[in-house]
Amino acid sequence: MAAFNPVAAPHTHSGLSTTNIMYLVILALSPAALHGVWLFGLPAVTVLVSCCISAWLSEVVCLQLQGKNWLSSVDGSSLLTALLLAMSLPASTPWWIASIGCAFAIMIGKHVYGGLGHNPFNPAMLGRVMLLICFPFELTNWQATSSPSLGAEGLAFSQQWMGIDGVSAATPLADLNQVQAWNELLIGTHAGSLGETSALLIALGGLFLIWRGIIRPYIPCSLLLGIAIPASIAHWINPQDFASAFSHLLSGGAMLAAFFIATDLVTSPTSPRGQLLFGAGCGLLIWLIRSFGSYPEGVAFAVLIMNAGTPVIDHYLRPKIFGSQSLFKRSKGA
Amino acid sequence: MFSLKPKPFNGGVHPKGYKELTQQQDISKSFVPDRVYLGMQQRNGSMLNSLVAIGDQVTKGQLIARGSNDMTVPLHSPVNGTVEDIKPFLSSHPSGIKSQTLVISNNGDKRWGEDYPSSDYQKLSHEQIVERVLKAGVVGLGGAGFPTGIKLRLARKSKVHTLLINGGECEPYLTCDDRLMREQASEIIAGIKLMAKAIGATSTIIAIEDNKPEAINAIKQACDGFNGISLKVVPSLYPMGSERHLIKAVTGIAIEPGQLSTAQGILVHNVATAKAVYQAVRYQRPLIERVITVSGDAVESPANITVPIGSLVSQVIAECGGLKAEAKRMIAGGPMMGQVLPSPFVPIDKSVGGLLALSEEKINQRESQDCVRCGNCVKVCPMGLMPFQMAAHSNNDDWQGAQEFGLDSCLLCGACSYICPSSIPLVQYFQHAKSNINAQRSMTQKSNLARQLTEARQQRLAREAAAKKAAKAAKRKRPTRSRNTQGES
Ligand code: SF4
Ligand code: SF4
Repeated sequence: MAAFNPVAAPHTHSGLSTTNIMYLVILALSPAALHGVWLFGLPAVTVLVSCCISAWLSEVVCLQLQGKNWLSSVDGSSLLTALLLAMSLPASTPWWIASIGCAFAIMIGKHVYGGLGHNPFNPAMLGRVMLLICFPFELTNWQATSSPSLGAEGLAFSQQWMGIDGVSAATPLADLNQVQAWNELLIGTHAGSLGETSALLIALGGLFLIWRGIIRPYIPCSLLLGIAIPASIAHWINPQDFASAFSHLLSGGAMLAAFFIATDLVTSPTSPRGQLLFGAGCGLLIWLIRSFGSYPEGVAFAVLIMNAGTPVIDHYLRPKIFGSQSLFKRSKGA
Repeated sequence: MFSLKPKPFNGGVHPKGYKELTQQQDISKSFVPDRVYLGMQQRNGSMLNSLVAIGDQVTKGQLIARGSNDMTVPLHSPVNGTVEDIKPFLSSHPSGIKSQTLVISNNGDKRWGEDYPSSDYQKLSHEQIVERVLKAGVVGLGGAGFPTGIKLRLARKSKVHTLLINGGECEPYLTCDDRLMREQASEIIAGIKLMAKAIGATSTIIAIEDNKPEAINAIKQACDGFNGISLKVVPSLYPMGSERHLIKAVTGIAIEPGQLSTAQGILVHNVATAKAVYQAVRYQRPLIERVITVSGDAVESPANITVPIGSLVSQVIAECGGLKAEAKRMIAGGPMMGQVLPSPFVPIDKSVGGLLALSEEKINQRESQDCVRCGNCVKVCPMGLMPFQMAAHSNNDDWQGAQEFGLDSCLLCGACSYICPSSIPLVQYFQHAKSNINAQRSMTQKSNLARQLTEARQQRLAREAAAKKAAKAAKRKRPTRSRNTQGES
């Protein structure tokens, strides 16, 4: 029987849910993650799995401590954080270091501030920076790629792929000037973090999210331009010391940042103009840190710094109230 | 989704239409309620005075109640029959408030009580048109329920040059305007011409959403050959029916916050209103019935149906085969902005355009979670507001903060609640905040008035005292001089 107590309109809903969104983002990320597994083998699997388990356990503990229903730990948000953190780590990271990083990301990065939706900083990037400071050696020890080769007897897996011994290699970021074949960078056959190598797969995942309306193109575009414009100018002036925009965009975490990290719903601004500014700021900072800072990769720092500015950006760069623009014009004209 | 067509305005959502439930059904005119219930209190609170008593015979179209001014539209009997009772009865107001109500039994005779010869209505002056519209009790049938005659008169005063006819019908499920345009296009066009004449408009635009191709065709044919009427097909996007957004989509003009559309020379009316105007002017027939859509997945046979004003919701639903077991909510209006009915025994008033019975599944309401600042609500808000910020302020009873974020501009259109992935009842917060602000406003108004009265009284007392004193002094000094009597008055 119909209930006749007044409830506010609307009496219908799009069906969109936070959980849906989280799993769609995870889906969009998975090709790049699987590519990482293909490249780096079982060590990569270890990192991914330990991150996921650690994140989920931390989530459950925190929810229990706050007296919330622990079942909401499956909403996908902690899994997404785990995935993002894992993908930004070298594949050779020991499982316990990855686990510590993820526990830190969930507990300190998210729940200390009140849980999903309340955290000012991107939890995965907080975890990444914490690990970088505490375990600088492990976090910059890049494993060489060792994708299985297709031989006469089917797929052949190297010892390294099986995780039996590891060879380290330099990432393109260590010496960006060394000319890299752009198609190698695009497809990702070079050393680097677990999930950052294939710019192409990441960008495809990002386009999928834009197509599904989960993220808007403002942050990706402005972030990439924020790197590309200063990089091109500097490269044009002094090609010896400054890498080209192409190398910047296609290597390291630039793509991942543009489509998946900086676009984090919770910690980025909500208005189009705010998002444009936020993305551009991230991009510029990434280029500055890479070019002048003491760290070869600037994504985590850049995103965290801009996160700190999100409330201010949201406050000052609100959308224009419908019709108020003509008011502005008129008062100027009068 | 990607679309290369420029958006007619920022924001908006595409709720699923469900128009197929009733779109292909002719308007049914067979419904005859056995009694009608006509409330004596109008939506805006003003009261009508009954002109009939219990036991009186009334005819269809007879004037039975009248207000004290033009803002209160007169009431006519929708049926032939007898006044059975005058008693407090439910109105469709969601508070479930009761007001004095005329109950008229219906003898089933569908003829009009009085038939005016169809005069040469094309020769009427603009003021005569307005008079007839006022006398017929026509109100805007788009939902606001404002007296149409007054609106026309005011529009003429503010020199409106463009009449915009809203055939958008952007709410899901509703198809009554669509059917009306298909079936009675020529009456609508005739009504539009009368309205244009009444306000002195030089151009008229009819806007129809692109999901109604048959209605577009019918209207196109009906206005073929008339200068000054143009048809504009607008993309279907909710809330296209909002006056400001329709104007933006059709003319590109954005009405400023706080401004009325007439300030830009544009008046918006709904297609059903145009038809009622035609009836009122040509045949001098009062507005006693309207077409509504009865739909939703929980009603047996959805339909477009002509209902006499004052018919009970329960009767109309019974006419449409009754409710299914899964019915969870009854709504007057569309799912985006409609109101939950307080009971099945409320009469349908002039501003109700649809009755929906929805199941749990179609309402699709889940428990709300914390806001994840996803910005979806900001993206879809057609007014360019930040709903999640307004909700946060409203939630803390910080009405001023909510107003700073634009609460006064909020249409309560529901687009933000519709899209929010955390299922936060944003609109509920805004309604709550708005009613609190209104209450506060009337409180300050009252206390201001009280203060003014006290101040005036004190001033008067002081003046009197001073005058008395002066008079006394004058008397003592020069007793022969005529007394100043002001103090004694
Ligand atoms: S749509 Fe809902 S969850 Fe997203 S920002 Fe708005 S209120 Fe928050
Ligand atoms: S209900 Fe108000 S805040 Fe929400 S989308 Fe509509 S106008 Fe914007």
